[in-house]
Amino acid sequence: MALSDLRVGQSAILEALELPDRVSDHLAHLGFLPGANVEVLRRAPAGDPTVYRIDGVEVALRKETARHITVEFEAAGTRN
Amino acid sequence: MDCCTPTSTVAVAEPPVTNPEASTNGSENGKHRTGRIRTIALIGPPNCGKSTLFNRLTGMRQKVANYPGVTVEHHSGTMKSFGRPDLTLIDLPGIYSLATYSEDARVAVDVLKGNMPGVPAPDAVLLVLDCMHLNRQLMLAAPILSLGLPTLVLLNMADLLEDRGGKIDPLALAHELGHPVALISAAKGTGMDLIRNFLQQFGEFALTRPGSARLPIIQSPASCRKWAGQVSSRSHFEQPESPLWTRRLDRILLHRVWGPLIFLVVVIAVFQVVFSIGQPLSDGLGDLLTKAGNFVAQSLPDNWIRALLREGIWNGVQSVLVFLPQILLLFLFIGILEDSGYLARAALIADRVMRAIGLNGKAFIPLLSAYACAVPAIMATRTIENKRERLATILIAPFMTCSARLPVYTLIIAAFVPDRHVLGHLVGLRATVMLSLYALGFLMALFTAKLLNSRVMKASSAPFVLELPQYRWPTPRSLTLRLYDRGKLFVKKAGTIILACTFVVWLLSVLPVHGSQFSDLSSSVIGHIGQFIAPVIHPLGFDWKIGIGLLSSIVAREVIVGTLGTLYGVDPSTHAASLQQALHHDLGIGGAIALVVFFAFAMQCTSTIAVVRRETNSWKWPALQFAYMTCAAYLGALLTNQLILHLF
Repeated sequence: MALSDLRVGQSAILEALELPDRVSDHLAHLGFLPGANVEVLRRAPAGDPTVYRIDGVEVALRKETARHITVEFEAAGTRN
Repeated sequence: MDCCTPTSTVAVAEPPVTNPEASTNGSENGKHRTGRIRTIALIGPPNCGKSTLFNRLTGMRQKVANYPGVTVEHHSGTMKSFGRPDLTLIDLPGIYSLATYSEDARVAVDVLKGNMPGVPAPDAVLLVLDCMHLNRQLMLAAPILSLGLPTLVLLNMADLLEDRGGKIDPLALAHELGHPVALISAAKGTGMDLIRNFLQQFGEFALTRPGSARLPIIQSPASCRKWAGQVSSRSHFEQPESPLWTRRLDRILLHRVWGPLIFLVVVIAVFQVVFSIGQPLSDGLGDLLTKAGNFVAQSLPDNWIRALLREGIWNGVQSVLVFLPQILLLFLFIGILEDSGYLARAALIADRVMRAIGLNGKAFIPLLSAYACAVPAIMATRTIENKRERLATILIAPFMTCSARLPVYTLIIAAFVPDRHVLGHLVGLRATVMLSLYALGFLMALFTAKLLNSRVMKASSAPFVLELPQYRWPTPRSLTLRLYDRGKLFVKKAGTIILACTFVVWLLSVLPVHGSQFSDLSSSVIGHIGQFIAPVIHPLGFDWKIGIGLLSSIVAREVIVGTLGTLYGVDPSTHAASLQQALHHDLGIGGAIALVVFFAFAMQCTSTIAVVRRETNSWKWPALQFAYMTCAAYLGALLTNQLILHLF
């Protein structure tokens, strides 16, 4: 499922980034790496972008970007 | 050495097995090393405090603020205030890795690798990391240490780490990295001695032990992150509690309803204060300057020199100088917004609008800084990776109401808009008009962006990725320095460019000399030029003196105020009147409002033209931009004047 599908307050494990290299490279340096825990903190007043908490920092992404990031709920995932 | 000893914010840790003799071999990377260090590069991720440290060590004043991407160029300075004038320090834009996608990152990497023409290759590196997020920030250490340069790792904001219950063992970290580590606070100035000792040591022998740290071999983000995590846990790093109040504050400032409302209130408050506090201060300063001018003039013989000084130069320069209080107030607000971290939130609130007009989210911060001045704003577009989006942002930036427009707006508004309240007693009519002018410029920028969007830029947009900095209290030191620098810049401009312009205007307004008599204003050179352009600007509601003001303000916007000050000083009919009163001789309400509309749109600034030329590398864009903005200004003013004439 896509990161943009998460509701505020939910958190999940990041699976993959399906974005151009330069974008996923930048995001990776901000902590968007497979296996990282990402939490939806809040949405901007207009409903978009959304602020995510990942690897100890808060990063805002537009929906159009978050749509290309796949995540999985921890409980439902294959990780134990 | 543990971080919880009383002196912990200034701990330095030497790497193990330091053997001077063994490390003077110095020919790694094929680089020639004599053992003396001359050039040091400051490198680190965005918003980790490099420029704050640079300013500390060099005594220079590079711009610092609390958001990523403030520095977009390399700046060099000698470490004079650090007692080491022999050393040159280079401040660089923040980078996450050595991969470069944007202009500013390319600058950093080129300088670091010695590929930047005109900049010596650095022979040592100060790697600055924000120790609050060490486990992630250490990712950059891998590629930087791999360069093989002598490196001191500086863990900045160590004071905050301790306050918030975080921990790090610098000795263990130095051991892991194979390079010395120091805990510092660039904002408070702690840990500077350690940098000094360190450089002292470096000055005598080059100190690198390649291979002493186990760096990841394949430096992908994932492997660097894994390595960084391992290193920080082996260095007993404990991430501090992220302060609750940043989140609590965001809950209000980014609230669905309160967020935009507070944003609006903040903006209105700025203008209200500029008028309610700034105007009386400015009037007082004006009185003082007039008295000073009269006092000096009395002691001079009554000849052409006195006329030049009193009516020509002093009138002109003084009429600009009086706006100093307003400029300082504006920059005080900008400083608070930038240093506190609110600016990034404002970008978030406004992103929806930016997207609607097809602008990159990253364009917002350069555009916001254009409210101070378009020149740094246009340079700040270097953070935008996409070339076409960058160009579009450059082209619309001068529509944002820069501080140079403030004197013109304030003058016209104070002269023509009555001091009344709207909305009860909260907001003044003058502040409202001012706000509308800011909105007008912004709307014109949006319109232009939309226009460009269908012409210049097609599809492909770099995504909006914004790291939200934690809120910080703006330090009085940083705010005072900002105001001092801004004030100095403003006074300097009045004393140079504006003085020169008013001198030329005065000269042209009294020449040619008939016998021993100066010309009348209307029969002077400037009078002739004025009569020549009068028909063109008549439909806008401007008379020829305003026209001369417009011509002179192509140099810089504030020049019109100086020019009018001089022209009215020379003219016997307005000689004794204040500039505000004198304006009523030449402008009706239609012309007055048309004039500010003209200034909202026109690109009267040689510095902006020069920086657009430099950043786009061609004359084509600044020429097009100038033509477009001048046409917009003319049409806007024409429409305004005709509307007001016919409606009232």
